[in-house]
Amino acid sequence: MKKLLTGNSAVSYGVMLSRVEVISAYPITPQTTIVEELSEICSDGRLKAKFIRVESEHSAMACVAAASAAGARVFTATSSHGLAYMHEMLHWASGTRLPVVMVNANRAIGSPWSIWCDQGDSLSQRDTGWVQLYCQSAQEALDTVIQAYRIAEEVLLPVMVLEDGFFLSHTSEPVEVPDQKAVDRFLPPYRPRYKLTPGDPHTFNIMADPSLFISFKHEAQKAMDEAKKVIARVDREFKSRFGRGYGLMEKVRCVDADILFLTMGTAASTAREVIDQYRKQGKKVGLCRLRMFRPFPAEEVTKLLSGVKKVAVLDRDNSLGAGGIVAQELKAALFGAARKPKVFEFIAGLGGKDITPETIREIMEITLNNANPKGEPVWIGVQQ
Amino acid sequence: MNAKELLNEYLHSGHGCCPGCAMPIILRNVFQTLGENTIVVITAGCFGTISGAFPTSPIKLASYNTPFASAGAAASGVRAALDIQGNTTTSVLAVAGDGGTFDIGIQALSAAAERNDDFIYLCYDNEAYMNTGIQRSSATPWGAWTTTTPPSNLKNQPKKDIVQIMAAHRVPYVATVSLAYPEDFIRKIKKAKDIRGFKFIYAFSPCPVGWRFSSELTIRLARLAVQTKLFPLYEVENGERYILSEEPEGVPVNDYLKLQGRFNFLREGDVERIQKNVDEEWQRLMNRMMVRMT
Repeated sequence: MKKLLTGNSAVSYGVMLSRVEVISAYPITPQTTIVEELSEICSDGRLKAKFIRVESEHSAMACVAAASAAGARVFTATSSHGLAYMHEMLHWASGTRLPVVMVNANRAIGSPWSIWCDQGDSLSQRDTGWVQLYCQSAQEALDTVIQAYRIAEEVLLPVMVLEDGFFLSHTSEPVEVPDQKAVDRFLPPYRPRYKLTPGDPHTFNIMADPSLFISFKHEAQKAMDEAKKVIARVDREFKSRFGRGYGLMEKVRCVDADILFLTMGTAASTAREVIDQYRKQGKKVGLCRLRMFRPFPAEEVTKLLSGVKKVAVLDRDNSLGAGGIVAQELKAALFGAARKPKVFEFIAGLGGKDITPETIREIMEITLNNANPKGEPVWIGVQQ
Repeated sequence: MNAKELLNEYLHSGHGCCPGCAMPIILRNVFQTLGENTIVVITAGCFGTISGAFPTSPIKLASYNTPFASAGAAASGVRAALDIQGNTTTSVLAVAGDGGTFDIGIQALSAAAERNDDFIYLCYDNEAYMNTGIQRSSATPWGAWTTTTPPSNLKNQPKKDIVQIMAAHRVPYVATVSLAYPEDFIRKIKKAKDIRGFKFIYAFSPCPVGWRFSSELTIRLARLAVQTKLFPLYEVENGERYILSEEPEGVPVNDYLKLQGRFNFLREGDVERIQKNVDEEWQRLMNRMMVRMT
């Protein structure tokens, strides 16, 4: 059934169709309408779930992690400061190997205050052991939430689904809402391998001494390596059943391209238009939108870029003192490659600043007209 | 509790508690009273640290460790998961020390109480951050030495009244318990087990290392705290009905203080000041009492 849905509403439908059993959340802009809609969905019985209205994001993650350990399929959503406030619990959820699924509506972290989009909030949580999948459309957000449970429950790692605040969370588009029976066939009820069971005296998260701790982390690393294969397989299966697939990354006009534009999230939609215009002028340019950031698709991206002369990386984030986080990861992935492009780095769109076709064109012109990158990221849209 | 129940042991040897610590005895009694059909949520603190190391555990109950600030939220999550799976009979028990209750955990605790989530929250109060080496908490009494309140700068604030704070949430049940009064202790745990909604159990937990007393004095100090009226044994139902469990004779508070090295640095007049405060607090509490069981 086709419905006109915002990104946040599409997420709520995804959660409902996934038959989530325990939801716990705290309001924060621009995520709030997810928990509002889920409150209604739970209250009117469309979803039989316990909804715990906690007093903070730290508690939201503590609550869903414990509920997951007790065997329930769980969900929470947050943004920005809320995600930062969860930081300790993000490590805990992945360390406990719990299949928690969370949507983060990307928003800048203050100071200064900003309620608007950038991806610094989730990218600065990249080392917490969560799978991270960045969406571009409301449809993709809905579909990715459903896929996320399959992925999380197979590899036993939590999955964060990202949607750009306002640009995606609050804009409406026609969305195909899958049939519940079809989703049930794709996503069976959660059957935990391990859960808190009265009468079964096992302890979760007991102390691991120095001879053992590293082994727990190595097991989690193996699971994260496995996640890459699982994400690809689950997406292929989803496509065969529902007709929509997204891959680990989206490639537009990449086959014969000399120059690629690479980014994550909704900026890719704008970039697609600009790339088409350059193609009409005979410029061999293409677009790569990373959907999967954790695990980082190092092998896939290196292969894609092996025949490319230049890549322009647009980061909607910045790590002070090191540059854009996507660019850093990309450069690390390319380091050992025999054939690799020159990496042009750009910082734009922080704190909700529009990334317009002009922004993309400015980035492409700099990349096209310079033989070598400047050696440091170029910031677009800074008032001098 | 009958003799048969006493044979059910859920806290075995192998834990790392200091000799004379009250906390494992408190938990052993609570576990025995609640029985096998229990899930324990453990937060950071003494208990979180001493309760075994992978792959062994002295706790023979299903249990889940959660970071310091989150006992209230994690217990709510376990309860919700059990409920949605149709299990409303398993007891959920959150265990936290005074730091995890009075300080870093009070936000999640208050929220769970306000929601009236159905679990028992047990606070064992040893009146400081003992696991990290005796640093003051908001449960540390006035005039006490800790490693962060040295002799030249003893704790100069009264202890936070956590029982009144929790009672003010108007939760179904709040009770104080002491190891020196085991029948009262077990009766209250049983009562909490049968009440639906939020239950707060506050256990007095003498700490030989942090309070600087000889380890055979644990139970004696627990009893003296009640007898001096410093730690009243009482219950509060629905935030309104105050029930006094034990009418103490009113032993001078100095009998309790003088056994502990942490009070060695009190100056002249301080003992009288503490005595006056204890008497005033007692009177304030008695004004709320509706039932006296003794």
